[in-house]
Amino acid sequence: MPDDLNWAIGGEAGDGIDSTGKIFAQALSRAGRHVFTSKDFASRIRGGYTAYKIRSAVDRVESVVDRLDILVALTERTIHENEDELHDGSVIIYDGERTEMEDVEIPEGVIGLSVPLKRLAEEAGGAIMQNIVALGAACEVTNFPIENLDSALEKKFGSKGESIVGNNKEAARKGQEYVDEEYDHEFDYDLDTTDNDYVLLNGDEAIGMGAIAAGCRFYAGYPITPATDVMEYLTGRIEQYGGEVVQAEDELSAINMALGAARAGARAMTATSGPGIDLMTETFGLVATSETPLVIADVMRSGPSTGMPTKQEQGDLNMTLYGGHGEVPRFVVAPTNIAECFHRTVEAFNLAEKYQIPVFLLADLSLAVTEQTFEPEEFDMDAVEVDRGKIVDDDEVEAWTDEKDRFQPHFPTADGVSPRALPGTTNAAHMSTGLEHNSLGRRTEDTDVRVEQVDKRNRKVDTARENEEFDVREFGDSDSDNLVISWGSNEGAMREALDYLDEEGVDVRFLSVPYIFPRPDLGDEIEAADEVIVVECNEQGQFADLLEHDALARLKRVNKYNGVRFKADELAEDIQAALEAEEVTA
Amino acid sequence: MSSDVRFTDFKSDKQPTWCPGCGDFGTMNGMMKALAETGNDPDNTFVVAGIGCSGKIGTYMHSYALHGVHGRALPVGTGVKLANPDLEVMVAGGDGDGYSIGAGHFVHAVRRNVDMTYVVMDNRIYGLTKGQASPTSREDFETSTTPEGPKQPPVNPLALALSAGGSFIAQSFSTDAQRHTEIVQKAIEHDGFGFVNVFSPCVTFNDVDTYDYFRDSIVDLADEDYDPTDREAAKERILDADKEYQGILYQNEESVPYSDLHGLDSNMADIPDGAPENATDLVREFY
Repeated sequence: MPDDLNWAIGGEAGDGIDSTGKIFAQALSRAGRHVFTSKDFASRIRGGYTAYKIRSAVDRVESVVDRLDILVALTERTIHENEDELHDGSVIIYDGERTEMEDVEIPEGVIGLSVPLKRLAEEAGGAIMQNIVALGAACEVTNFPIENLDSALEKKFGSKGESIVGNNKEAARKGQEYVDEEYDHEFDYDLDTTDNDYVLLNGDEAIGMGAIAAGCRFYAGYPITPATDVMEYLTGRIEQYGGEVVQAEDELSAINMALGAARAGARAMTATSGPGIDLMTETFGLVATSETPLVIADVMRSGPSTGMPTKQEQGDLNMTLYGGHGEVPRFVVAPTNIAECFHRTVEAFNLAEKYQIPVFLLADLSLAVTEQTFEPEEFDMDAVEVDRGKIVDDDEVEAWTDEKDRFQPHFPTADGVSPRALPGTTNAAHMSTGLEHNSLGRRTEDTDVRVEQVDKRNRKVDTARENEEFDVREFGDSDSDNLVISWGSNEGAMREALDYLDEEGVDVRFLSVPYIFPRPDLGDEIEAADEVIVVECNEQGQFADLLEHDALARLKRVNKYNGVRFKADELAEDIQAALEAEEVTA
Repeated sequence: MSSDVRFTDFKSDKQPTWCPGCGDFGTMNGMMKALAETGNDPDNTFVVAGIGCSGKIGTYMHSYALHGVHGRALPVGTGVKLANPDLEVMVAGGDGDGYSIGAGHFVHAVRRNVDMTYVVMDNRIYGLTKGQASPTSREDFETSTTPEGPKQPPVNPLALALSAGGSFIAQSFSTDAQRHTEIVQKAIEHDGFGFVNVFSPCVTFNDVDTYDYFRDSIVDLADEDYDPTDREAAKERILDADKEYQGILYQNEESVPYSDLHGLDSNMADIPDGAPENATDLVREFY
């Protein structure tokens, strides 16, 4: 386990907790230390407890832990909220000159450092900098070179002018000096620095950056926690690449705008969370049957209904897999960490266009609100490849027209993927529709054509299974009889849990799954293990259900989907045929 | 764009299944003529259709088209136009699509002022589901779901558009081919959101708002000394519930469409084979 420092600042929402925390995280990153942050927050602008926590070590850190070494407490409640995580030798920095903090009780064994944050900030130029005074104090407690904090302050306030930066540096120094002069205590912390350069970003930002890298030029969305950061990241940046962010009137509109842009040929996306996914579900079927490439990010939070908007949950797996009436082919990809948010986003755009299909990017709150350090090389822009699939140009149109020279956007090809002519292509004007349609994209209720089109759309899934590498990420002891499987964002915590388990003498093979559909076949791995445990952040075990389903003995199936109900005589024949069939086909 | 495009080029080889005499025939013909008149051709035209009888228009016209989800045609059109400003985008739907299930989008599409045309085929009835009240049905219009009439005032789409800051608000009558075509043409030419509410009578389920009714009651603004740039005059007429106007009720000649305000002028479909040239700057920002 890394020799780590666990630091937090807590107070009322509106106290600048988030930005202060981010500045300290930045300072640690600048010092060549790895950082992993988390937030406890309420979805209120002001009022209510909120905290920003940082875990930092020289080695990479992948998770939060239940331990707190240094706590900057702007309110008494902050101490109570974190009491369980404090330990002998933990330090609380607070402003004992504030009347409401005068009589705070410092838990036994914990060192209380009263620092007049407000007074010192005022001396440096303004009470608004009191949190920065606390950061200076924290530098002293951890023996952390304050120049790194200077550098973070320059980044944060540089655009506001030199004097603001100077005042903040001064405020930090006042905090540092105060602790140095007033407290004669030897603290347990001594933060090493390295020469490494890291980037510090959260999952929403990684998704946004991945989108631009992949050529996404159109984003439509409706603000919602915890997906809003994707939209805010893209705003002001995507325009520099010729793109646009549109704030729609609701999620119904957002997904349809993105659909429209995709029909026009842009790489388009929307991002939302559970309640927005509910609304967007209306359009999933249209995206799928019109075979429009679209990336839909669902940054999950606790549901159902409004649920706990600022809390973590992986509860939408079934929603993205099965949402929408009828049978809707779609891909579901779930990035397993923040860097993967970037890579899987790029991949999602390629999958969407190669297979002309909606692709869900299933992230969650823990990825969205965590800032983590990475080596910049992990975001290698030169390695980004854009595969637009079967787009035809003016000269290729003729190969895909029917006997009446009409372009066939839903031609039932062997691999299920049809030619795609973007609007503006000569002699390829065509329509598509959410009605069942023929190869021309025109409505049909012909039973044979219906079956042909359903089969064609489903063939794309088979083709993807053949051509793509939907791999798992493996960690731990590959020979172990104990198998742990998880999906999405649990990877980091589980990787570190392996270390704890190892200390206890427990060996584990850990498979982290980024692909929900199509997904890797884990039958052999499950078969080979004595114990199989599926870890996921929800109550029902939605992914475990899927894997159990995959592992079930196959049943013979009789299906009908041409739009006509079962008829008795026909059904009897089907049953007989199924009975006689040797192999299970499904 | 070729100059020899004829309006029949916008006609698909699919025979409409609208009831004989349906107002939608005339509405569609006018749209096709207006598109041809304005120098468009099927390859640069994108029609977005809603759900309902009117929604079938995407099939009967020849162009790029998407027949989408009920009520969401305007957002689709918005996405198409912003992604590729070179396309001529025409959104078409019915009164249910636009003023009931899609009413929220209508208001915001008006506000957004994207340079596209919205033609609503308003027959004041739900035809495809065989005759229920629509948002523009009269208060006392008896239908299978409103045996004593809706007992609510009809939506006034022109007033909605005006209050939302509409930059082009017009109304036409499907059977008045010349005027209807001319008005749709003006809507296409308008820099911004060109909205045309078209009286498009349903001959099967609406025996009140009939061809005869409109013929008798329509007041054509072309016959008056009317200045469509005068917002106050527009307000007065639009709020006059006793009259059915034909013509351009309001046009803001200073209208600046969304794309111009946001500096969008390129086709977003054109992207490189890999990450954009200076994409590494994005990574650097996170140091």
